[in-house]
Amino acid sequence: MADQLAIGSRRGLKPALPLLLPAYLWLTVAIFLPLSAMVFFSFMTDLPLAGKEWAFTLGNYAAFFSQSLYSTLLFASLRLGLEVTLWCIVIGYPAAYVLAKVLKGRSREAIFLLVILPFWSNGLVRIFSWAMVLREGGILDTALNAVLPFKINIDLMYSYPAVIIGLVHSYVPYMVLTCYLTLQAIDDSLIEAGRSLGASRRQVLWRVIIPLSMPGLIAGAALIFVPVVGSFMEPRILGGRTGTFYGTVIEDQFVAVFNWPLGAALSFILLAVVLIILALAAPVLRRAA
Amino acid sequence: MAGVQVANVSRSFGAHKALDNVSIDFADGGFYALLGPSGSGKTTLLRQIAGFDFPDAGRIAIGGESVERVPVEKRRIGMVFQNYALFPNMSVADNVAFGLSVRGEPKATIAAEVQRALDLVQLGKLGGRKPHQLSGGQRQRVALARAIVTKPRVLLLDEPLGALDKALRVDMQIELKRIQREIGITTIFVTHDQEEALTMSDRIGILRDGRLVQEGPPEEIYDRPQSEFAATFLGDANIFRGDATGSGIKLPDGTTIAASTGASVPAGAKASCAVRPERIRISTGAAEPDPAGANMLTGQVSKRIFAGNNSTYFVDRDGQTLKVIVQNTGAERLAEGEPVVLSWSPDSTVLVAAA
Ligand SMILES: Nc1ncnc2c1ncn2[C@@H]1O[C@H](COP(=O)(O)OP(=O)(O)O)[C@@H](O)[C@H]1O
Ligand SMILES: [Mg+2]
Repeated sequence: MADQLAIGSRRGLKPALPLLLPAYLWLTVAIFLPLSAMVFFSFMTDLPLAGKEWAFTLGNYAAFFSQSLYSTLLFASLRLGLEVTLWCIVIGYPAAYVLAKVLKGRSREAIFLLVILPFWSNGLVRIFSWAMVLREGGILDTALNAVLPFKINIDLMYSYPAVIIGLVHSYVPYMVLTCYLTLQAIDDSLIEAGRSLGASRRQVLWRVIIPLSMPGLIAGAALIFVPVVGSFMEPRILGGRTGTFYGTVIEDQFVAVFNWPLGAALSFILLAVVLIILALAAPVLRRAA
Repeated sequence: MAGVQVANVSRSFGAHKALDNVSIDFADGGFYALLGPSGSGKTTLLRQIAGFDFPDAGRIAIGGESVERVPVEKRRIGMVFQNYALFPNMSVADNVAFGLSVRGEPKATIAAEVQRALDLVQLGKLGGRKPHQLSGGQRQRVALARAIVTKPRVLLLDEPLGALDKALRVDMQIELKRIQREIGITTIFVTHDQEEALTMSDRIGILRDGRLVQEGPPEEIYDRPQSEFAATFLGDANIFRGDATGSGIKLPDGTTIAASTGASVPAGAKASCAVRPERIRISTGAAEPDPAGANMLTGQVSKRIFAGNNSTYFVDRDGQTLKVIVQNTGAERLAEGEPVVLSWSPDSTVLVAAA
């Protein structure tokens, strides 16, 4: 990486410009322009539609600080992000380990397909199928009652656990994939070397495998944490009344209340908070990786 | 320190027999080479001893203690891998310290032992480096230091010098031998390089298709190979095939070759004779006569390769090309195309049963 950068700067950017131009154009059109429009909106009193009056204001940002509801919801969302990320690690890392180090050939391909499958199904379909599984009289409830000799009521629908289950299911493939990539790059002879030096399987795991797969864990965590903090679909559909989070409030501003300026301001505050968290975590994570 | 006993060990992968009833006794403190072509089961045998893989049948003991049910980490072995297998995330010192640190040794002891091991492999000043900052030879030394710092009972090396260039390999051979003598550890060294096996080891075991072909000191295997394969795999040999006569063989054209060493093969059975190229005398036939009873053949020089201290002649004879190596004594050199007489003593001829 450093070598490539060094070569790039030695030769100068000029020869590469024709090659980079399409990418920069795309970034400008797809990201920079809409984002600038949103920054602009976030400082307005109202949308400039249908000849409505508008003026510049800091009020949308001030709203976040004056009403404790927003910061409470932001904390709830950060906690949700953390919990979902942890569950993804707990479920995804062992799965990635089995895929990379235990399974071989056909069975590896088959399991891989199962892991990737959620990626290929429509997000809404995925969430509604969870709704069918989790609700009272739903698939899980019926199945458990068919097996168990006593009657239990399983109604996870519209609860915090339901939101967690839905989000973990949506995002765990990221963790499996990033960890799989770093794990399968670890030479088996390193594991054998550890064992031959007297380390138990567990010691090899903690001292060799986990440190070497840290980049994958970190990449997976970042890929999951950020979107989960702003998520709104899973909380709304699976969480019901308990599913009010920072992301659903932002969504409300755009699709229900039509207060785009407030929605935009809340989004940028979220972006700032996430960036600050990542910046604070960076030195610690870099040392770990 | 301890010897290793391998008794009747077999290991199959599917229908393929990677090890077929192998028995070897590795003496305490000895330097043992396992030699064989690629795929002959050398690595598989080493892995059974290390405990990375388990035999289908047979027994393995280290220091008299049966280890079939002992996991790798409890066998107290040291292993050097062909690709070194250094932990890339740790410094050289941490790599060497690994085995002591998982045992929970006190920090001060670890530091002292690590320094001693690094000094032994002459890398005392490089403890702070990361493996990727080292040359191939240096990585090799770190791998060795890491394997011996825990004071294992046996040192296992799987083609440890295979990735090094020729000059460095020779240096490392000497170095490895020095260290092995210094700590007196039982060493099992896998190689497919016959020269390496000859120069380094006290004993050699030759493997082929999962079977132990021959086992013994290098001189014994070289001077008295028990099969065509052993004769040609360890060193060079001219092979003559014919029918056993009781004191040698008779070639298809009627020529007899006398052999006074090797197996006893009943007269009439198929048998072969092996002769080392440097044991054959080559001349124009005009000079002094050969001693009575010497084996004698005539042929024609087809090629001569001059290598400074010696020359190799390829001699065509009855559809067979024989190889003769002659020391450079300043005597007259033979030209290509010249008719020559080859002669050698029956003492230099080894009789083996036909392959
Ligand atoms: N884990 C394994 N699965 C299947 N076949 C194997 C395995 N390990 C070794 N073999 C086979 O066993 C034979 C001996 O292999 P190996 O011991 O690695 O040979 P060498 O080290 O002498 O080159 C080879 O034919 C190899 O393909
Ligand atoms: Mg091998």
